[in-house]
Amino acid sequence: MASKLGLIIKREYLAKVRNRSFIVMTVLSPLLMVGMIVLIAFLAKVNDDETRVVSVLNKSSFFQSEFYPSKNISYVHMDNLTLEQAKDSTNALEYYGLLYIPEGKTVEEVSRSAYLFTKDNPNTSITKELEDVFQNQLRQDRLQKLGVTSEQFSTVEKPFEINLSTFDGEKSMRGINEIKAFIGGGFGYAIMMFIIIYGGFVMRSVIEEKTSRIIEVIISSVKPFQLMLGKIIGNSLAGITQFSIWIISASALLFIAVLIFGIDLSALSNDGVMTPGAAGMSQLGGMDSDMMMYAKEIYDIPWVLLIVSFFIYFVLGYLIYSSIYAAIGAAVDNETDTQQFIFPIILPLMLAIYVGFFSVFSNPHGPIAVGFSLFPLTSPIVMLMRLPGGIGEGGVPLWQFLLSVFLLIVTFLGIVSLAAKIYRTGILMYGKKPTYKELIKWLRY
Amino acid sequence: MDHILVAKNVTKTYGNHTALSNISLQIPKNCIYGLLGPNGAGKTSFIRIINQITHQDSGEILLNGEPLAPKHIASIGYLPEERGLYKSMKVGEQALYLAQLKGLSKSEAKTRLKYWFDRLDIGDWWDKKIQELSKGMAQKIQFIVTVLHEPKLLIFDEPFSGFDPINANIIKDEILQLKENGTSIIFSTHRMESVEELCEYIALIHKSEKILDGKLSDIKKAYKNNIFNVGVQMQEDPRDFLKSLEEKFNILSSEIDPIENQLNFKVRLTSMHTGDILTELSKVANINRFEETIPSANDIFIQTVNNKDNGK
Repeated sequence: MASKLGLIIKREYLAKVRNRSFIVMTVLSPLLMVGMIVLIAFLAKVNDDETRVVSVLNKSSFFQSEFYPSKNISYVHMDNLTLEQAKDSTNALEYYGLLYIPEGKTVEEVSRSAYLFTKDNPNTSITKELEDVFQNQLRQDRLQKLGVTSEQFSTVEKPFEINLSTFDGEKSMRGINEIKAFIGGGFGYAIMMFIIIYGGFVMRSVIEEKTSRIIEVIISSVKPFQLMLGKIIGNSLAGITQFSIWIISASALLFIAVLIFGIDLSALSNDGVMTPGAAGMSQLGGMDSDMMMYAKEIYDIPWVLLIVSFFIYFVLGYLIYSSIYAAIGAAVDNETDTQQFIFPIILPLMLAIYVGFFSVFSNPHGPIAVGFSLFPLTSPIVMLMRLPGGIGEGGVPLWQFLLSVFLLIVTFLGIVSLAAKIYRTGILMYGKKPTYKELIKWLRY
Repeated sequence: MDHILVAKNVTKTYGNHTALSNISLQIPKNCIYGLLGPNGAGKTSFIRIINQITHQDSGEILLNGEPLAPKHIASIGYLPEERGLYKSMKVGEQALYLAQLKGLSKSEAKTRLKYWFDRLDIGDWWDKKIQELSKGMAQKIQFIVTVLHEPKLLIFDEPFSGFDPINANIIKDEILQLKENGTSIIFSTHRMESVEELCEYIALIHKSEKILDGKLSDIKKAYKNNIFNVGVQMQEDPRDFLKSLEEKFNILSSEIDPIENQLNFKVRLTSMHTGDILTELSKVANINRFEETIPSANDIFIQTVNNKDNGK
């Protein structure tokens, strides 16, 4: 019996892996991902590079040298024109807008009656920048009235950032929690995508067996349950193969990056506690010390744990969802009939992603994060978002981790037996578009 | 008699629908057993139970004297009515896979496949994909896969559907050959002409019940109604003679050819005793035709089903 299961797994695996689209996906996806990132970065840069021209009509004696060209705005002075002329020329030259500063006795008065004319509603970053100029000038003016000089003002204005440290003396990093959650979120998102994609593969494979009518030939040799299980396992192995290829090639790329950029990994992994503002920082390959800290933090993420648990949660979550997908495939005659059943499956997955991004990011160990990381239909995604903090102290308590895996296994056994019942009946039903009511009836056959 | 398969009071229901009601059958070894019935009568449900695809709600099935168990899967070959193959898989690979699922080793399966591919003259299909083959070609592969593991019991559900007449004949000869080699065969169909040619025993299933079973020749005997087709040629006009015959015998229909003085008629006798009428005829005429009409399986099928429906 076991050897038959092996045969089915092998066939399903080979059918999937040999498929042209699988090979293309495996090779192309990482390239597409890199391409996407490059494209997004490029587009963002292009967007940033656009400099708007604002013409300035300044009738006052103030703001004579306050408008410096910046990344976003460059200024053209039109001080000898009337307002109407300035408007016309601004339009004619297709400038972004006209800043009009009327005559006045004080900065306050001038500022209050200044106008920005634009063709459409102005961009907030532009108005913000202009407002800052006024704000700054007003503040200086007000302070001057209180007897503070510009020099004194500029010393007062120095920005401040608080020093951060954990209790054991390591320098804490700004945003590192977000980065960690983001990495976990990446894994969680990958799981969701794979459940949907590979679950879909299982479903289509079941439908194919139904429509090609081979199903009855096969289940006269093996039990329907064996076939379903073989199908699910075979496809999951194909998925794991794909992941492994990606992880190995990503590691190889990382290794190459390390060689090229000369990052000293041994320096990252040394046990020496980095004291805040340590003098020895400069010895670390001459990198910017904050960058180095981030690199160390990311290096310190328990990658092995993360990858191992990724596979655990991927396999268990996938087993649960794909047995539901298999049951759906068995219940219908063609793919168009699957829509009504697929939405309820995708719902918890989407929920997990949203809960993950909104709740786990801000509070990885809060009650909502814990609840969803235990609930079996969402735990594969939500737990992975929590795991970059590690297991144990400061991370996910061990009992929560074990409980969520246990619940997943129990749920898997329950769902797979229900799915098998629907599958068993459904594969021999032709020409009927089943309702939920009918599916429940099948559970009792 | 030695039986390959015995079913005792087998019942199967799906929800409110009764698929099989108290079916009992004995299928003798080494014969072709026709399982007949209209569409939806319950034939496929019964066959699926034999193949352990589904299970009966009550009743018992013995294969070779043993209660049906998972190990028997290897000794049954099943060609379902709804059949097909993986479209994008190569012929050889697919046949090997299906044979291995039936418990053959890979090397054994290969040897036997080679034999069958040569026998049916399809050796060069090995590396083709099913989607490149015609429907009839795929059916041949399907047939081979069904018989490859040399099962003791073969079940064919509408085996000739999808075959052109030439290939249907090839497959029919193969089925007869398998029977010669000692295989027991269940043959499920609603097409009666193939039943006459192949089956020694039949069972008729109608509306989930068995309404008739036994040896086909016995059943035919039982359904015989002593009707004879007779043709005689005479010297004079046969009209008067026909009148005298009608007084003595139950003439069902008649026709006269006045130019040839030929009289053809159909008569029902009270018994198989034909002496009286033959004596009567030979007195005045030359008998050029005298034959018993034997009911076809189709007639029996329709008659039984109608009787059953009207009886209720």
